[in-house]
Amino acid sequence: MSEKRPSLSPARFLSARRRHRSAGLVVLLFGLLAVGSAYAAFAPDNAVADNSAQSQQIEEGKKLFAVGCSSCHGLNAEGGGNGEGKMAGPSLIGVGAAAVDFQVGTGRMPAVQPGAQIPRKAPAYSEEEIEALAAYVASLAPGPSVPGSESYDVSKATDEQVTRGGELFRTNCTACHNFAGRGGALPNGKYAPSLMGVSEKHIYEAMLTGPQQMPVFSDQVMQPEDKRDIIAYLKALETQKDPGGFGLGRLGPVSEGLWGWFVGIGLLVAVAVWIGAKGVRAKGAKAE
Amino acid sequence: MSTNTEFPGPVKWVDDRLGIAKIGKKNLRKIFPDHWSFMLGEIALYSFIILILTGTFLTFWFKPSMAEVEYQGSYSLLKGLHMSEAYASTLDITFDVRGGLLMRQIHHWAAVLFIAAMMVHLLRMFFTGAFRKPRELNWLIGFGMLFLGIIEGFLGYGLPDDLLSGTGLRITNGMIQASPVVGTYMNFFIFGGEFPGDDFVARFFIVHVLLIPGIILALVTAHLFLVVYHKHTQYAGPGRTQKNVVGYPLFPVYTAKAGGFFFVVFGITALMGALMQINPVWLYGPYNPAEVTAGAQPDWYMGWLEGSVRIFPGFESHFWGITLSWNLIIPALIVPPAFVTLVALYPFIEGWITGDKREHHLLDRPRDVPTRTGIGVAFITFYAMLWIGGGNDLIATHFNLSLNHVTWFLRFAVILGPILGFWIARRWAISLQRADHDRLLHGLETGVIMRSPEGKYTEKHQPISTYEAYSITARDRLVPHEIGPDTDENGVRAPRRALNKARAALSRFYYADAVQKPTTQELEEAHEHAHDADEIHELTEDTETYREVTSDRS
Repeated sequence: MSEKRPSLSPARFLSARRRHRSAGLVVLLFGLLAVGSAYAAFAPDNAVADNSAQSQQIEEGKKLFAVGCSSCHGLNAEGGGNGEGKMAGPSLIGVGAAAVDFQVGTGRMPAVQPGAQIPRKAPAYSEEEIEALAAYVASLAPGPSVPGSESYDVSKATDEQVTRGGELFRTNCTACHNFAGRGGALPNGKYAPSLMGVSEKHIYEAMLTGPQQMPVFSDQVMQPEDKRDIIAYLKALETQKDPGGFGLGRLGPVSEGLWGWFVGIGLLVAVAVWIGAKGVRAKGAKAE
Repeated sequence: MSTNTEFPGPVKWVDDRLGIAKIGKKNLRKIFPDHWSFMLGEIALYSFIILILTGTFLTFWFKPSMAEVEYQGSYSLLKGLHMSEAYASTLDITFDVRGGLLMRQIHHWAAVLFIAAMMVHLLRMFFTGAFRKPRELNWLIGFGMLFLGIIEGFLGYGLPDDLLSGTGLRITNGMIQASPVVGTYMNFFIFGGEFPGDDFVARFFIVHVLLIPGIILALVTAHLFLVVYHKHTQYAGPGRTQKNVVGYPLFPVYTAKAGGFFFVVFGITALMGALMQINPVWLYGPYNPAEVTAGAQPDWYMGWLEGSVRIFPGFESHFWGITLSWNLIIPALIVPPAFVTLVALYPFIEGWITGDKREHHLLDRPRDVPTRTGIGVAFITFYAMLWIGGGNDLIATHFNLSLNHVTWFLRFAVILGPILGFWIARRWAISLQRADHDRLLHGLETGVIMRSPEGKYTEKHQPISTYEAYSITARDRLVPHEIGPDTDENGVRAPRRALNKARAALSRFYYADAVQKPTTQELEEAHEHAHDADEIHELTEDTETYREVTSDRS
């Protein structure tokens, strides 16, 4: 074999060296180089600031993040501990602008304190600030972006779409959120919040990003038009008047039973006491 | 009466054929005692009448069919959806039949009140000892009506075939299937195959509108007949004995009171139906076994069963290819029937323990029998803990609690709560007995402090009114059951010795610590003593006038 070495063609050279101890490493390096070049050539160019306004917004978002979010989520949104070995805030790399817009836009973030679940409250940031924060987090890694208003505009929804949304709502959402979207309990102090008074955009983003206990209903799992129909049904429910009188919270038989006992039996017993006290005897001296 | 009174023409015509004057003479003068707590059963009766009236209206439009139809009614949020005819016709009654929603809501509220009123009525019977001889059978009849009423309500809840009731039926279906050996067969028998099948609405419907209401109506008749036959019980008071009834005649006093009360019950139920939305089936959507909703609860009277299942830990055992779901067998098939049987048989249990074979027409006050009162409170606490368990999710979300904490609390409270409730109620009743005893022997504290010439301070006491003294002392002396000698005069051992010993022990437990009412001698001595000590000053009271009528029981 040794005397034939100088006359090897490249193909024969590779073939003969394929069992060399560093052959694997060389192939791996070639592979990485090829994938890296291809990625650089085809992938969207997020990190590169091609627009000065956008980069300015990201810069602003980064500053806001450093002040308001980094104590829990880490200086670079990599997630942080609370100093006792527990996670204070998860990593936000790859959560996308939609998650930021939902969490900050519904006031859940910044959280007042850790707990089983972070409640909804009045938002602490303005629209522009939320956009800046979202732009910054989106700049870290790709993730779901804030949906455009056309995807959750339900003003032109047809009856058919609303009915379809209701069917999808009952199939996917009522198990936790209740038949009228009034919310329900989950284990260990967690809960599915009420969907009443939540904006179309935030409902859409919640389905898209799956905040807190909620599963993610990505666009592959639930088509954008499915999401829109569900929102259309929810908005129809929200604006619908209760044809039967006071809705009693639309919570089902528990509140009905409560009202039945306190109002119904309560009133009737009060009347019975009144009728019992009214009588022939009441004209005479009080007996007891 | 008909001999010396000339009736107007039509009345005479009817009387000649039906003899109503004779029946009326006897029954219109029937005496009933007057007390608000005697009107609780009336609420149930009137609700039942309202249920029949509104229910009949609903049957004109309800279609008890599981045939699949496409909804084309006026409720736009469900338009075009496929659903059962039962659900579609319920929507039609709600949105397209004039007055349909109002009737549905009155029907449902009346059902809520019907069962609640029966339960309140049962509690009144229990705490006043009205179930004692000779009324044990009427207790059972009443209990049967409560039981049937609950089944009736649950069937009615299932009829619209909406998502909520379908989920409730699914749970019932699981409970039936959990019964060992027969579960699957029973399930097939009831649903005509796999759940939900096509049969249950039609089957439930006929049971709901014909069978159970018919039985309840028959039981109502028997119940009221026995009330008339036994004559009503009364609370103790001057002139009221075991042998008479003091009160007012049915006509005109009670025809006015009860008739008026019927309209009040109807009015309140109608107001609730008009103002408070109940069972909004259009929000639930049609039943589909693939769907479920949070906050899926049954109507209130099934809530304790739901809670029993909710708070029970998830035990299951598997052997020989069989699964035994203890998490359903114990909380759904053992505990509730056992509890219900205990309540149903309570009159017989108490009668056996106390050995009391006498007739009772004077009611106890709850304090008069502290152990019974304690047992009643324990029953209520047990029921309430399971009941709360049925709404554990709403309690968790509305009071910001953890669902798991609520559930774990109830797991302990359902056992410890009744014990605590029993103990508190019993001691409370005994304390009230002692207070009564004091009032009787020493009179009322007036707050007037007297100083005697030698500097001694005493408080003036006034004797209580004769009326009150009578009421307090009308109760029985509670004597524990005597066990008797071990052997008779011939040295033969008495039979069932162990059973009798247990009975005597229970009887002692029943009556232990209860304060016996004072004897006449004790009473006189106490008053004597009080006079000596210048403590009792007679009150000059206006003589009370009673215009009630007394009627013999015989």
